[in-house]
Formats: sequence, C-alpha cells, structure tokens
Amino acid sequence: MSRYIRHIALRELGREGQDKLACARVLVVGAGGLGCPVLQYLTAAGIGTLGIVDPDIVEESNLQRQILFGTATLGQNKALAARARLLDLNPDIDIKAYPEWLTPRNALARCSDYDIVVDGTDDLASRYLINDASLITGAPWVYAAVYKFEGQLSVFNYRDGPSYRCLFPTPPRVGTVPDCSEVGVLGVLTGLIGAMQANEVLKLVLELGDVLSGKVWLYNALSAESTSVVLHRSESEINRVLAAKDTFAHNYPELYGEISAEVALRKRDVQWIDIREMGAQPELKGLAIKRIPFSRLTQQIEDLDPRREKIIFCQTGLRSKRAVALLQSYALGDCYSVKGGAAALLARKNKRE
Amino acid sequence: MDVNVRYFGMLAALTRCGEETVSLSGDRVSELLALLFKKYPPLKQVDFQVAQNGEITTEEALINHCDLALLPPFAGG
Repeated sequence: MSRYIRHIALRELGREGQDKLACARVLVVGAGGLGCPVLQYLTAAGIGTLGIVDPDIVEESNLQRQILFGTATLGQNKALAARARLLDLNPDIDIKAYPEWLTPRNALARCSDYDIVVDGTDDLASRYLINDASLITGAPWVYAAVYKFEGQLSVFNYRDGPSYRCLFPTPPRVGTVPDCSEVGVLGVLTGLIGAMQANEVLKLVLELGDVLSGKVWLYNALSAESTSVVLHRSESEINRVLAAKDTFAHNYPELYGEISAEVALRKRDVQWIDIREMGAQPELKGLAIKRIPFSRLTQQIEDLDPRREKIIFCQTGLRSKRAVALLQSYALGDCYSVKGGAAALLARKNKRE
Repeated sequence: MDVNVRYFGMLAALTRCGEETVSLSGDRVSELLALLFKKYPPLKQVDFQVAQNGEITTEEALINHCDLALLPPFAGG
C-alpha cells in the first residue's frame, strides 16, 4: 500500500510507527477552525480511530477557516459533514461522528474510549470540561486556543505534567473573554495552530521528540514571533478535580451551554426565555416565549421549568451567557444561551419560513 | 528598576501596546501589578497570569529578571 510510503520512509517512524498510528484512537472535540486542520492531518496520517464531537451546523461564516466544509455542506451537522469529507480522504480508518455537545454527562464515557483528546472548541467552559474529563480518564489532551492573530498551544495531563487548571485555575467570569464570533479571527491562524496540534498528537502516538507538556507555546501571526512559557504542576488544583470524580456527571458546576440560533430553533419541547427588557425589538413571533428581564431573573426563578431544557436569549448573546451562568449558580441546569441573540434567531426564522 | 512588560491577546488591546518599559520602585510582582492596575484600570476586570523570564510566576514572587509577560486565557477556536 503506497498511501503511507512517505511516512514509512522516515527512519524515525518506519512501518512500526505507521502501525502505532493505525492503533491510535483520538477524539477531536469541535470541528471548527482548529478541529478541521487537526482532523484533516490525522486522517491523512492514518490514525486508526477518530471521534468527532460537534453539535453545530455548517454556516457560511465558517467557510473562511473551516476547510473541511464547502457550500455543498451548508446547513449540515459539522461532525457528520466532516466525517463524510474525511472518509473520502482516507476510507481505511474508522471515523465516529457524535453530533452532540460534550457535556458533564457524556464527557467521561467519551474520553475513556480514546487515547488522546484534542481541543477544537470555541469557548472556555468546554475547555475546563475537556481538561477535567481528560485528567480523570487519563487521556492527555492537546490544547489550543486563538485570539485574533495569536495562538496558544500545550499538551495537558500528560504523564505527570501540569493541567490547564495549573495555568488558569478557575474559569474567568462569563463574558470577560471574547470568542471568535465577537472579535474575529484570521482564518489561516487556526490552520497554523491546528496543524501544530496535529503534530503534537503524532508525537504523542509515535513517542517521538519532546511533547509540549509543562509549557505553553505562544504564537503571533503578525510578528511571526513565538515564545514558550514554562508551567508547573499544581497538586492542589489537580487533586481538586480528581476528588470530584464520582459526582462529575451530576454535579459539574462550571459548564454553561451556548447554542446557535439554528440548533435552538430545531429543539422541541423547550422553554423559551427572553431576558431583554420589556418591549425590546425585534419581537419573535410564533414561539411561546416567556419574558423575564435579566434584572428580574433571580426573583422569577420559579417561573423556569426545571424539567425542560431552557433556551435563553437576549439582544446579542452576551447577557444571556451571564444569565446561564447565574442560573447555574442557583443549581438550575439544562440552560442554553443563543449565540447572536434575538437578531440571529430572527434571521434564522426568516430563512426557514 | 526598569522592567520590560509584554502583553498578550486582549491585554494588548486594553493597554494599547504590545510591550513597554515600566519603572518600578518595589521588587515584587504584586507591586508591578498594583502599578499596572493604576495605569490601566480595566486590567483589574480580566484574568491573566504573569510570566517572568519565560516561566509562570506568582504575585508574591520577587522580580529578579527584567522580562515579564501577562498572559490571558484565549477562548477562540
């Protein structure tokens, strides 16, 4: 078989190395700007089993950087669309698509089915969840995150190395760290950083070179400068996560959900909550919406249905993220904030009707 | 003492510079932070870690190197 001949030609890799890749199982959480190049290179390299977790739908604004998708896959689920594209690239590997969120309920089961977890998410709550699930299950995770023209990269929970919580112990207040939809991102940056993540995965599997554990690599695409910062393991942070192992699925405090307008509108049997002040425009017709202004949310908490999922929206999607975090501090789960808020919902509704 | 401070990610937008030299009368990281918070009040609202000489350090640490960096978490992907 000539597919891997250039790999096998590498003296450091050879047939033995290629066999290690074929036996490896890698879970990629998020098939977005980072996840797409990671998946593309891991598939081409012949990683034997790949899992893709992503509940989102391909949108036109994704195509600037999410290179596995095209106009033909607009509107499709990203995990399923990525799987179809990747099987064309390499039909000899096993690719599992999970068109759903990584949640405290499924995270441990998902991660324990794989040797390595790769972070391709676009929010901090998911990163804490991946970190903690990786720490508990023992599967190291290859972390990356981007901001405009800059990227961070590291491998956490590898052997006795540090964890993401040794760098940033607790999640920042919701809404204080912007994501790509708020500040924008240079498309090629996610490609560069994602390719670096794929490289770390291959090094982990092949046991080649020095794994980027115990340091964070920082890259600036505008200055073409990179630097790394040494990071130490904090036993107290790690033990805190390991101590919560048994209650993980039911008592995970820090996850706040965020969903796209499209996914929100597809949900059935949910409670819609508009937290804008009374009379705010645009109005969304045709949905049973309960209006509880943000300022009254804690007083009217009994109006929220604990048995149903709750879709919460505001004007832009920022305040609703804070609302979800607030409700979680009152132990109210299954709350989701709508990305882009009322404007995104209205645009999506008009498109559907 | 004069120290060189580099700002990453959104911190560079907050301080409106990628790096700068700061004159410091004390010799602890906490004293540098107090000075920066005074100079850039919005810095107080955001999370970041401080690195000294290419290594994550603590607020209590002595500044024994002139090269410091402030690193915020990134959320994008």
